[in-house]
Amino acid sequence: MTRTRSDTESDSPEQTSTGMRLIVPLQGIVHGRGGLILGSLIPCALFYFLQFYLKRHRSPPPEKPPPSSSPGNSAANLAVFPRTLSRSSLSVRGSAGHAHVSSRADSIVREDDSPYYVGLDRVLKDRYDELKNPNGIIQLGLSENTLSLDLIEEWLSKNLSNSILGGGLSISGIATYQPFDGLLELKPAMAGFMSQVMERTVSFNPSQIVLTSGATAAVEILCFCLADHGNALLVPTPYYPGFDRDIRWRTGVELIPVHCRSSDNFSLSITALDQAYNHARKRAQKVCGILITNPSNPVGNILTRETLYSLLDFAREKNIHIICDEVFAGSTFGNQEFVSMAEILDSEDSDKDRVHIIYGLSKDFSLPGFRIGVVYSSNENVLVASKRLTRFSSVSAPTQRLLIAMLSDTRFVEEYLQTNRKRIRTIHSLFVAGLKQLGIQCIKSTGGFFCWVDMSRLIRPYSEEGELELWDKLLNIAKINATPGLACHCIEPGWFRCCFTTLREKDIPVVIERIRKVVETCKTI
Amino acid sequence: MTQTEETTTTGGGRGGGGAKTAMRVIVPLQGVVQGRGGLVLGSIIPCALFYFLQFYLKRHRSEPDPEPTPPDPPAGLHRVQSRLVLSPRGSGGAAHVSGRANSVARQADTPYYVGLKRVSEDPYDVESSPDGVIQLGLAENKLSLDLVQKWLAANARESILGRDLSISGIATYQPLDGLMELKVAVAGFMSQIMEKTVSFNPSQIVLTAGATPAIEMLSFCLADAGNAFLVPSPYYPDLDRDVKWRTGVEIIPVPCRSADNFSLSTTALDQAFNQAKKRGLKVRGVIISNPSNPVGNLFNRETLYNLLDFAREKNIHIISNEILAGSTHGSEEFVSMAEIIDSEDFDRNRVHIVYGLSKDLTLPGFRVGVVYTFNENVLVAAKKMARFSSVSAPTQRLLISMLSDAKFIQNFIKTNRERLRRMYIEFVDGLKQLGIDCMKSSGGFYCWADMSRLLRSYSEKGELELWDKLLNVAKINVTPGSSCHCIEPGWFRLCFTTLEKNDIPIVIERIRKVTES
Repeated sequence: MTRTRSDTESDSPEQTSTGMRLIVPLQGIVHGRGGLILGSLIPCALFYFLQFYLKRHRSPPPEKPPPSSSPGNSAANLAVFPRTLSRSSLSVRGSAGHAHVSSRADSIVREDDSPYYVGLDRVLKDRYDELKNPNGIIQLGLSENTLSLDLIEEWLSKNLSNSILGGGLSISGIATYQPFDGLLELKPAMAGFMSQVMERTVSFNPSQIVLTSGATAAVEILCFCLADHGNALLVPTPYYPGFDRDIRWRTGVELIPVHCRSSDNFSLSITALDQAYNHARKRAQKVCGILITNPSNPVGNILTRETLYSLLDFAREKNIHIICDEVFAGSTFGNQEFVSMAEILDSEDSDKDRVHIIYGLSKDFSLPGFRIGVVYSSNENVLVASKRLTRFSSVSAPTQRLLIAMLSDTRFVEEYLQTNRKRIRTIHSLFVAGLKQLGIQCIKSTGGFFCWVDMSRLIRPYSEEGELELWDKLLNIAKINATPGLACHCIEPGWFRCCFTTLREKDIPVVIERIRKVVETCKTI
Repeated sequence: MTQTEETTTTGGGRGGGGAKTAMRVIVPLQGVVQGRGGLVLGSIIPCALFYFLQFYLKRHRSEPDPEPTPPDPPAGLHRVQSRLVLSPRGSGGAAHVSGRANSVARQADTPYYVGLKRVSEDPYDVESSPDGVIQLGLAENKLSLDLVQKWLAANARESILGRDLSISGIATYQPLDGLMELKVAVAGFMSQIMEKTVSFNPSQIVLTAGATPAIEMLSFCLADAGNAFLVPSPYYPDLDRDVKWRTGVEIIPVPCRSADNFSLSTTALDQAFNQAKKRGLKVRGVIISNPSNPVGNLFNRETLYNLLDFAREKNIHIISNEILAGSTHGSEEFVSMAEIIDSEDFDRNRVHIVYGLSKDLTLPGFRVGVVYTFNENVLVAAKKMARFSSVSAPTQRLLISMLSDAKFIQNFIKTNRERLRRMYIEFVDGLKQLGIDCMKSSGGFYCWADMSRLLRSYSEKGELELWDKLLNVAKINVTPGSSCHCIEPGWFRLCFTTLEKNDIPIVIERIRKVTES
């Protein structure tokens, strides 16, 4: 019952969520243990106190500032000086105030940047450049791939003008209103690209594709569609640091971490899922689905066919959804086979409506600046709703025209994918070998732009604090921006994500040398 | 008390909207506590209601799903591994979508959207489909696309991948709230559009993928779920979706009347505000569009000052949608809220301007919107939220060079205004021949036409009947006033900027058929 009480007391900041939680825990009582009497006595008492509280506080001005923001707001209120009504005459209540923002905006504004964002910011201000800024910070924190941009550039310089306004295309094809969920011609091109990326093991239906401005928007749209405010998604940790913002900020959906451990190579166990699920149920939280990344970001491993099947079984048993983020599907470099959730579904007809795939061109096609994301779903309701929601994040038409031409050039795409994979593989093995020289091990990974690096040997104390200290040293002494595990909600301290696909081969010795400096200071302590 | 009762009963039945329902349960109680009922009544009634709710839940608890609780998987049946064996419960559970998705997916299209769909299925074309539906429903301007086309043909390639630009300027991650170069260019364009009466600070700009997400973002920032905005009606039909769908914010229409030329009165605002307060709704701001969409009139300086006074008195925000600022065609002067704010320094933090390139630069396909705000907190939050709707980099590069081409822009603005004015005059004249009068308007792509004379019954039903006739008999898609929440029946919005000059006689002829019948 402690929980109910604390909810009641913190009542006004977020009335919606509070109200909902007020009802939900009661149901637990009704359903099982307490029975009717207890279940009605307690809320009566609580209500009495709540109203007593409200009664006492009713005299302050109607614009009661949301408590969550009280320190800042009261400070702001102090700054308000009495002002006159516009054009000379005095306003009676003019001094009333500083215009308040919503409490959700307030919490976004006040949210501290995690080390992930702090690091990215630092790089922006002082980026390494071999010639112009050799003492700048080297970026290993952003999962971006610049290894094969030369191929894209070459294609663009040949075909750019024609693909936007050339051939049979007219100005009204790019300037006027287009369908918000993507051009009809781009969807088949995208479906073709996706199946090409997955080596033709699956085919995608263009009519199940919804295009969005980046995968970020795609994730958010799916969350709006699958969960209501206050519901939750299970997410295996370590997970991609952006999810917290993508999901929690505007949808009000919560993330429940499902911890994976180094002893299992950070692979997902159904037992852990089940535990997290039951735990959430006990707290009367409704779990609406599971969110996975495959290949995993930040670990870089791939979910096996077996795991995918058990995941589907689990989702079916609990009657929940699966969101499968496959943006790295084409950026694999090991010999392990990538299996898309779409392929699993082909053989499991009855579960089509609970699986939703996220894709995009930011990773596999190295075009994050283009902002192209994909929601792929077989669920009719989700499709209708997300198509309607794309009014808030649709893709610019000139970019779509460009991509139609680019993706339809299958010979170019094939060559690009092959070359790109080869280049990722080369740089990956160089980078891992470099780290090994320093005695630093990585989890064996087969996809993605990053290594998941074990530096636990270098941290002291063995805790979050020690990890942050090392991160700080890497950033400020070695001038390297890596993402610490805690930004990814990793439960074991000392793990770091290092992205290597923005490096050139000749940068690797520089990076390794810089890390060596820190490794040596750690040893001498 | 009726409201309390009603919400509590729905609380038991509905699947998805748990959060919303519960909220309403609490809010009306506050009314009781704060005022009339006092403590005793305020606690006995909810107690009794709770008792009944729980009784209801208890009785229905064996039912599989519709409760607002997590769906209870019936425990009895266990299932074997997938593949091979058929799952005994496999067909049982359809995966449920969220309550909000359900309401978005199920929301019936208003005549506005029905009409747009009809046009996309059967568009008029002089040669290939002369019996198709003529579009007068979409606020889009095609009058000056030839100028844009000419510019693009000459400069597109150079501006995306030109001499000083490299592939990494378009392919890699860029600031999600827009390239600084584009912000500077847009600020310049905005002040040029407003005839240099105001200057805009590029660092107060957040770029979004269209004005639609700009409005949604501001709603997220200024109001919490369950709060409300006051909006003078008639207002443009998309606003309901933009503001309400995902943010959970409500719109309270403030009716304007033909007797006042549909201009906004502070009295009406005040009334709506007080009514909302009585209903326990917290009003967080006023949303206006200036030039108004769908009426096409401009807010004069006096009204803007009054509005600001009102907002200050109530301590609420103002969102001023000025996306049509450059598409004026009358002699009346357009005054931006930004100009008013220049002289009213203390109120800067409550004024937010929405702009975009869809109307004034006639490029809706490019999806470029602007949030312009003086409020530091809103600026920070909006920049962070831009991750969900940022503009594609190639498009941004294209626009940087287009907007920086001062000669082109100047020529475009001038020519476009002239064509707009000519088209407006001709279209209004045509309607006049049929005895149909329009509100005098000085901005926008449309006329706000009074067809109340043609209604068979002076009611919303009569209006929809006429709309249906126009769509199916005359094959003309117009937007009925009811889609814009106009309280007087018989008004229609007719957009004329997608027409070509020689289409006008055809449109008038088609309308004549209906007026005669």
